[in-house]
Amino acid sequence: MNAVGVEGVWKFYGDYPALRNVELSAAPGACLALIGRNGAGKTTLLRTIAGFSRPGKGKITIFGNSPRDTETRRLMGFIGHGISVYDELSALENLTLFGKLYGLADPKKSALEWLERTGLERVKDGLVREFSRGMRQRLAVARAFLHGPKVLLLDEPFTALDDRAIAVLQRLLREALADGKTIVMSTHQLREALELATHVALLNRGQVAFHGPRTAEMVADPGWVYARYGEG
Amino acid sequence: MMAFVRQVLVIMSKDLRAELRTKEAINASLSFALVVLLLFSFAFDPSEETTREISGGLLWIVFAFAGTLLLNRSFARELENDCLDALISAPISGAALFLGKALANYILVLAVELIALPLFGVFYNVRWTSQFWQLMMVIALATWGMTVTGTMFSALTVNIRLREVMLPILNFPILIPALLGAMQLTSALVAGKPITADNDAWLKMLIGFDVMYTAVSVVLVETVLVGG
Repeated sequence: MNAVGVEGVWKFYGDYPALRNVELSAAPGACLALIGRNGAGKTTLLRTIAGFSRPGKGKITIFGNSPRDTETRRLMGFIGHGISVYDELSALENLTLFGKLYGLADPKKSALEWLERTGLERVKDGLVREFSRGMRQRLAVARAFLHGPKVLLLDEPFTALDDRAIAVLQRLLREALADGKTIVMSTHQLREALELATHVALLNRGQVAFHGPRTAEMVADPGWVYARYGEG
Repeated sequence: MMAFVRQVLVIMSKDLRAELRTKEAINASLSFALVVLLLFSFAFDPSEETTREISGGLLWIVFAFAGTLLLNRSFARELENDCLDALISAPISGAALFLGKALANYILVLAVELIALPLFGVFYNVRWTSQFWQLMMVIALATWGMTVTGTMFSALTVNIRLREVMLPILNFPILIPALLGAMQLTSALVAGKPITADNDAWLKMLIGFDVMYTAVSVVLVETVLVGG
């Protein structure tokens, strides 16, 4: 069974089809890099996979179930364009809050553990609004990983990260892959993404222009997929 | 069931904690209520009998507009940093999210009302305590109705740029029956007349309004939050 299945998905904004008959899949343990120009539909596809909006046509499955099923949501971790943590709460309060929402046995203990793993234990009681951008991003990463998701959906995860946050995220993603977790990430940072990816999908104007395993040519020349299958 | 109640309480305490840290909406709401009560007290002569007769209407207009300032922030708060995405992707039902937010709003709106009420008594020279517990019951019921519909429309308008305007435009027409009942009952109670068989239809209507809109909101909120 695929960890992520996208079957004939269309998504319309008014009359405009942002996604056109998208067919994709990611097996358990795979890392799928979604690439494409701005406006190709990467964010729309990731948000639809995450269950934030319903497809106009077609079907999304996470381990065979709808992404809106309560138990399926427990399996997913999402990092979007925003950090999805509250400025008015401290780092510890934020992670404890999400630990409680995910029904963790000991939310505070898990929160402290992830604050340590992301190098934020020293500022655990500081309000997020006082954090630097890099610290906020690391907290967002901790929030997404906190409940041990089996599928990670990452929208431009390396954008606007400082060096330390990139290193933290790359280490965590490698550990997640080694642990058999599935990653689907959209990105413009081809070099970082292709280092991790096992598969690549190129989106072009809402359609899948290429979907297949990552090859040596792609790693050697990150622009190769665009040159071969994209708009050049 | 226990998990559901726990989720409701987690969302409620998160909203209350966030609001009490910044006090943005509650300060605005309270200031607005006090300023409007003060201005109307200059416009009407407190010694006039007619002022006392319209007191219920005046009070609920102030409560409704002051409450809207609080309700507007309910889901708008989640837009900052895309926190709504994190809540929608968490394994909690839309109903738990909605009820948690509605309860937090209810506590905040009630707090504003309970501070404004004694000041109303002072500004308008009204002894409003003679039917105290019945008045509290009417305020509790009408405020829940106002909060439930307001929280629902706050979710519905969260992605609209003019949401501050849209919320009262959408919410107040729906609220008319509840506000009408609350105004009628409050006027009578402030005048010292208890609820009797003559006017208990308004009370039943308030209860019916609360039950109906709570049920409708709980059923529809998932559809509202996860659009097509």
